[in-house]
Amino acid sequence: MNIAVAIDDVDRQALPPASEAGPAPKRIVVAYGFWIFLLSDIVMFAALFAAYAVLRNATAGGPTGAQLFNQGSVAIETACLLASSYTCGLMSLAVNARNREATYLFAGITFVLGAVFLGLEIREFAGMIAADAAPQRSAFLSAFFTLVGCHGLHVAAGLIWLAVMMAQVELKGFRATVKRRLLCFSLFWHALDIIWVWLFTVVYLMGAAA
Amino acid sequence: MTDTRYDRAPGDRSILADAEESTASGLLLYTIGLGLAAGLTVTSFWAANTLLLWAPGIPLGLATLAIAQMGVHLVFFLHITTGPDNTNNVLALAFGVLIVTILVAGSLWIMANLNDNMMPPPELMNLPMRH
Repeated sequence: MNIAVAIDDVDRQALPPASEAGPAPKRIVVAYGFWIFLLSDIVMFAALFAAYAVLRNATAGGPTGAQLFNQGSVAIETACLLASSYTCGLMSLAVNARNREATYLFAGITFVLGAVFLGLEIREFAGMIAADAAPQRSAFLSAFFTLVGCHGLHVAAGLIWLAVMMAQVELKGFRATVKRRLLCFSLFWHALDIIWVWLFTVVYLMGAAA
Repeated sequence: MTDTRYDRAPGDRSILADAEESTASGLLLYTIGLGLAAGLTVTSFWAANTLLLWAPGIPLGLATLAIAQMGVHLVFFLHITTGPDNTNNVLALAFGVLIVTILVAGSLWIMANLNDNMMPPPELMNLPMRH
């Protein structure tokens, strides 16, 4: 009850209850809708994870995960994506403070880290395809390329989105529309990092252990 | 009268938290999250490569670490809390987690059953061929 009283004390006494307050501000509606989209995107990834988990031993005599995966490269990719999630958070702080220079700085760092991640992943894919471990080699590799490649495509889309958002900040400034889109972008980027946590755990670490 | 007027947008910090504890700035929150997530990641990579741990238990340990790191990301990066202005976000998330769990666990369970029950070992499959 004390907490409830404290909440009411924060100049909320005069506000009408939720049922009479009218529609929520657009920032909340937009971000909530995007949250729902992200959760449905995660459900799609869950289907790909399930396919991978079912097929991960179906190597058809081809190379196994333990032979293909290079944990050093995966560790660098993980560090890049985690650091970029952090700088993305710092960027949203800068956006809320309407600090243009800090926004560009942190968006730039986020972009570079994301691009390094993508570059390492493309290099890994190219190396695997060159080593006769292309998607058509076995069901395991089909599932691997679908799952990891789908995450990589999301990262690539996020990079394009970030570049577009920086152009919008430059041309339009910190308008309400631009700030809403930046909020959605940071949600997207953090969600991608959560998916990557499961990816490196299930695919690379468990694949090496088993 | 515990109604707060509006829900909070996912990713936004609580206005109430700002009013109550202004010391925990946004920067500090992200930095704590980064430290915890980095620690959990390093532990995961260590656990997958060490010989000190009981090998059959490692996948379960890795899954636990991943769940913990997901929690860190949700709390410190996405600012999901148990606050009254965050109920809708948490409910949507809980529904997502439910669907993901059913999908992954159900697929693995069904496919393991099919493999056990419908695939005779190769020696049995070849029996009629040996005249």
